[in-house]
Amino acid sequence: MTTALLNAQGLACTRGNQRLFSDINLQLGAGQWLYLQGENGAGKTSLLRILAGLTLPTEGDVLWQDSPIGKQRSQYHQDLLYIGHHAGLKEDLTLTENLRAQLAIDGIQASAAAIREALTQMGLGKRQHLPARVLSAGQKRRGLLARALLRPAKLWILDEPFNALDVKAIADVQNLLKTHLANGGLLVLTSHQTPDLGQDAAGFILNLSGAH
Amino acid sequence: MPVLPAFFASLQRDLLLVMRRKTEVLTALFFFVIVTTLLPLGIGPEPDLLRKIAPGAMWIAALLATLLGLQRLFAADHADGTLEQMVLSPEPLSVLIAGKITAHWLVCGLPLVLLAPVIGLQFDLPADAIGILMLSLLVGTPLLSFIGAIGAALTLGARGSALLVSLLVLPLYIPTLIFGAGAVESYIAGMGAAGHFSLLGALLILAMAFAPWATTAALRISLE
Amino acid sequence: MINWFKYSAPSTFYPLAGKLIPVFWTLTAILGVVGLYISFFVAPTDAQQGEGYRIIFIHVPASWMSMFIYCVMAFWSLLGLTFNTRLSGMMTSALAPTGALFAFLSLWTGALWGKPMWGAWWVWDARLTSELILFFLYLGYMALHAAIDDPRRADRAGALLSLVGVVNVPIIYFSVKWWNTLHQGASVSLTKSPSMASTMLWGMLIMALAFWAYTLAVALMRARTIMLEREANTEWVKHLPDVKETA
Repeated sequence: MTTALLNAQGLACTRGNQRLFSDINLQLGAGQWLYLQGENGAGKTSLLRILAGLTLPTEGDVLWQDSPIGKQRSQYHQDLLYIGHHAGLKEDLTLTENLRAQLAIDGIQASAAAIREALTQMGLGKRQHLPARVLSAGQKRRGLLARALLRPAKLWILDEPFNALDVKAIADVQNLLKTHLANGGLLVLTSHQTPDLGQDAAGFILNLSGAH
Repeated sequence: MPVLPAFFASLQRDLLLVMRRKTEVLTALFFFVIVTTLLPLGIGPEPDLLRKIAPGAMWIAALLATLLGLQRLFAADHADGTLEQMVLSPEPLSVLIAGKITAHWLVCGLPLVLLAPVIGLQFDLPADAIGILMLSLLVGTPLLSFIGAIGAALTLGARGSALLVSLLVLPLYIPTLIFGAGAVESYIAGMGAAGHFSLLGALLILAMAFAPWATTAALRISLE
Repeated sequence: MINWFKYSAPSTFYPLAGKLIPVFWTLTAILGVVGLYISFFVAPTDAQQGEGYRIIFIHVPASWMSMFIYCVMAFWSLLGLTFNTRLSGMMTSALAPTGALFAFLSLWTGALWGKPMWGAWWVWDARLTSELILFFLYLGYMALHAAIDDPRRADRAGALLSLVGVVNVPIIYFSVKWWNTLHQGASVSLTKSPSMASTMLWGMLIMALAFWAYTLAVALMRARTIMLEREANTEWVKHLPDVKETA
């Protein structure tokens, strides 16, 4: 029985005057992943943002290692990698510059070699000196995920990570996720297709449609 | 101090972005010049009159230029998702925000200080008064950036945010305007500017302590 | 000992407010009549300013209320941001228009007073100028609240703005006074009326209380409307007597 590192109790979310969902409970331990399902507008992104601590839930708590995330922001942020819908990249900067700046803001001094290595691993070795503006959506997404290689984080919360990726890229990202889980990481993600993360990792599904 | 690297990381990224689009620095400057040119055109070119209104006029132009520049403080980061990532950084958000505000001042405020002598000459201000004016702008423009950041954070993603920011922030700018322009006018009248400067300085210290924290709170609210 | 927290949810506050509103309207009427009577008939004619000065019985209480309401808004804002209650935001946004109204009334009556006395519709006196700035602060709050679509976010953003505002109000007032004395502007201070007869003071106090009762009546009415709007989909609203009848 794996101890739950991420623990959400009684989460409810209201957007405008509409209650999106109530009484959501989930526990996730090391090496486990959660797949959020639901129609568009069911509140998947809202739930991810609540888990990441960006949005306050209308009711309920999110606990990380048995402590509310609001009370240990710095620690939680260190253990968390959140990639949302947005590119999260500055269009005018190259991928290398983007990564270096973002990591510095996260408090990590990454060497140029390490960044180059990470980008190459994501198949972007040839594009690391181009301004992000000229990259395709899929390449930008892979650039973002390169950050995951340089920034050790236990919990990954990813909002549609496979968006705009071709078949090979999807396979690469799935391998990345499998490695993360094998190393004891946690994963919460949404996607339009059920991810294939192998039989070893323990996966759960939470369907938000009709969870009013 | 352990937070300094985070401050500089945030500052550096914003400055690097400005380097890629150098025209942005010039926009604030040109606006400043245009507004100060409008005044003689609207009021009349008599040197005595211009000399009298110069401190207030230049201060108001600086105020409006900073206000315009507030648009670029958070909006772009919000649109491309980097603001969210900043909020999720393990480093203290108020330090990162202080870095952004400082970058904003370097781009929108400091150029005004450096351009002030030229405009001051257009208004026929004596050289020593120009010196006091530059000093008042040097202390005052960071104050405008810090206070303005709170307004920019509150109106992030709200409708009509450009005008709305002005409505929110201009009343808060009034003390800075009074002490800043007042310093120069007081000096010209022979009463010395020391009192004004100490008040301006006190406000700046207060703002540097209080504003990043209020801005952080406003950002978290706006990102919900 | 009343359990205040019992009333911190809209569902329990709504009926309580409903009972209180007629009480406050009654108070407004009584205090208003008494206050106006004192203003017009009991307070003595001023030696220098004649009858026109009587407008201070509206002007001064209106100024007091505009300031007081802003502080109350800041109080609710602090409560709302600390405890994340829905009611605080509703109360704050319910109070704002009334506060703005009093600020506007204060400015307008100040001008009406000023014209016969000093020949100008507006003087840049420290208190009037500060009142004008307070009016802008109110407008800013209302504009911000209206511009944000999500009600909860609008409440929280407005709350932060009122807190920032309330901290700045003393600074702004001080700077305007400074500015006024330095420029030797209109030093005719509207508060430096000739020695106040005690009846004048009583008149102003009673008018102030009348305005306060009015504020509570109107704010509670507004708050109830906001509650109905926001919580339209909840169970307690659906079960309200007035709502059930029309269903």
